[in-house]
Amino acid sequence: MLKIKDLYVSIEGMEILKGINLEVKPGEIHAIMGPNGSGKSTLANVLAGKEEYEVTSGEITYENEDLLEKSPEDRAKEGLFLSFQYPVEIPGVPMVNFLKSSVNEHRKHQGFKELTAGEFLKLMREKMDLVDMHPNLTNRSVNEGFSGGEKKKNEIFQMALLEPKLAILDETDSGLDIDALKTVAHGVNALRSPERSAIVVTHYQRLLDYIVPDFVHILYNGKIVKTAGKELALELEEKGYDWIKSENAF
Amino acid sequence: MLFNMSVLVNQADLSLKYTAHYNEMKDDLFKDSSDVLNAHRNKAFQDFVVQGIPTRKNENYKYTNLHPSFTTEFSFLHKMQEPETDSEAIFRCDVPNLDTNLAFLVNGWFKQDKDFNLPEGVVFGSLDSISKEKPELFEAYASIAKTDEDPMVALNTAFAKDGFVLYVPKGLVLDNPIQIINILQNDVDSYSTQRNFIWVEEGAKVQVLLCDHTLNQNQYLSNSVTEIFVGDNAEMEFYTLQNQHNKATNLNSIFVKQGRDSRATTHTATLHGGLIRNNLKFILDGENAEANMFGMAFMDRKQHVDNFTQVIHAKPHCVSNQLYKNVLDEKSTGAFSGQIHVVRDAQKTNAFQRNNNLLLTDEATMQTKPQLIIDADDVKCSHGATVGQIDEEALFYLRARGIDEDKARLMLMNAFAHEVVSEIKIEPLRDRIDELVDKRLKGELARCHDCDYQCDC
Repeated sequence: MLKIKDLYVSIEGMEILKGINLEVKPGEIHAIMGPNGSGKSTLANVLAGKEEYEVTSGEITYENEDLLEKSPEDRAKEGLFLSFQYPVEIPGVPMVNFLKSSVNEHRKHQGFKELTAGEFLKLMREKMDLVDMHPNLTNRSVNEGFSGGEKKKNEIFQMALLEPKLAILDETDSGLDIDALKTVAHGVNALRSPERSAIVVTHYQRLLDYIVPDFVHILYNGKIVKTAGKELALELEEKGYDWIKSENAF
Repeated sequence: MLFNMSVLVNQADLSLKYTAHYNEMKDDLFKDSSDVLNAHRNKAFQDFVVQGIPTRKNENYKYTNLHPSFTTEFSFLHKMQEPETDSEAIFRCDVPNLDTNLAFLVNGWFKQDKDFNLPEGVVFGSLDSISKEKPELFEAYASIAKTDEDPMVALNTAFAKDGFVLYVPKGLVLDNPIQIINILQNDVDSYSTQRNFIWVEEGAKVQVLLCDHTLNQNQYLSNSVTEIFVGDNAEMEFYTLQNQHNKATNLNSIFVKQGRDSRATTHTATLHGGLIRNNLKFILDGENAEANMFGMAFMDRKQHVDNFTQVIHAKPHCVSNQLYKNVLDEKSTGAFSGQIHVVRDAQKTNAFQRNNNLLLTDEATMQTKPQLIIDADDVKCSHGATVGQIDEEALFYLRARGIDEDKARLMLMNAFAHEVVSEIKIEPLRDRIDELVDKRLKGELARCHDCDYQCDC
């Protein structure tokens, strides 16, 4: 589904990713862990198509096509979803308009007929229940006045509406209390299927108690320095990131 | 040196042209007009001669040089001309579900096609005839539009012939808005003068909608002045929709004087126009009065918009709000200059002002100048101005949800404007303006909407 080969990425001349190799197959969940500044969010943003990041070498293929050639909107419509670490507030753009446009752009791309207002509201209510979103929130502008937790839930709510093939969760757990964490995990697990995959970027092992990964990768200083099964997260939790840092000291 | 000389000669020529024209027309102007209008002409003209056509040297016109607009050889329209075609046939009001009392102004002349359905006592009609028939309504005429403070007001007062008059007697509430469609239409490049007068008496309530349009490709210079008197405890909303072509210069001055406990709102939506200067002055002349001034403009090509506002807090316990937003594309230019003046003893004043601007290209420019003059010590005043571009983070967020870049940009521009649109209190009008703004931002409103003259300009 996703193949990252020898990826080097810079931002404003500073090299952040220094040769990433990663393959995600259908149905797999990959966790990416690592200390602050190791390049986790850069990787998530490069996958989603953020333009400030410059890919200096390497390649990314998604469903056998060159991902880096595609615009952010095309990536989204082809099933790639980024749950933002810091979802942006957009005053004046009503949630409902935004969500309906988003869902219908996806449907058009997939050759389905666009949903009517009534059909959309029905779908929206159904998915709102899944992530326990307060109905009032959809009457506001996008993320406007949402608490940190509400913003993260809103990301998962959008994911539930769009049913992506590959979901990238960029520190969706940060700032969440345990109940919100469970709700978010529930939203992610509800989408699990043999065709769908996810990349879960996190600092802590906690989220992985609820979203059980097939692989855990440790990103450090722009490189994946360790890959193992879910037990790696526990080991990391126990030993701390200093363990990785000392092993990789130059 | 030679160049400077020629500029001087040109400037003198310009003023001379208008002086010659006034002297030539004077007898006719006086002969056919009411005493109300005639009483102010000569003084107004002297005031114009003293001030001249403003260049950037005039501090109030720092961002808008009117000289180029005045160099055209205009034909002056001092007489009513029968429009080529039936106004209503070529220009349908297209605000669905909005029931208004509709009248037309053709090059500044009042034209009524149908009887109005107005309550008894309300006067709505032509300035030319009503100022002759009911001079008692015009005691305050030319009292707030001061000819020695603005040369364009002076020129308007000197040449004033017609426009609309609206008088709403004490305690009367008008359910349906008054709508005036102002059309510029002539065979040749034309200068038109429009003078309007509104008096909303104590406790009365009215909504007015004025739509400015041009109907063919000639150059137009429209100089309009509207004086509005809002009595104690009265309510007045004045909406202006400006949609003229790129060869039109629109000088639009509105003066509002408010009594105690009154509320007055002006809302100006500028969709198209070559050069637009909106002068707006509010005088809060009674305690507890509230003034709201909203404006938005969408400019492209080399269009220019200048909103020049003044609020005089003359009495204590009054509130004023100003919100102006501009979206400037291509090489368009904009200016906002907003003055808040709190006079001595106007304590407990609340005065707010905000001007936000979105520049879509590197070539578009915006000048914004807030000015607070505060002579009282217990007041709350604030002002803020921003000039920026589309929020790239928000744009990426929308695109990352599958919304195409163009559509995402449009959503963000609409969102930017929506804050001003949402201040329109007449719901069908608000929906219609929302739609027009959306079309304007999509570039689909290159022509004046629903007009059979498809002027390609």
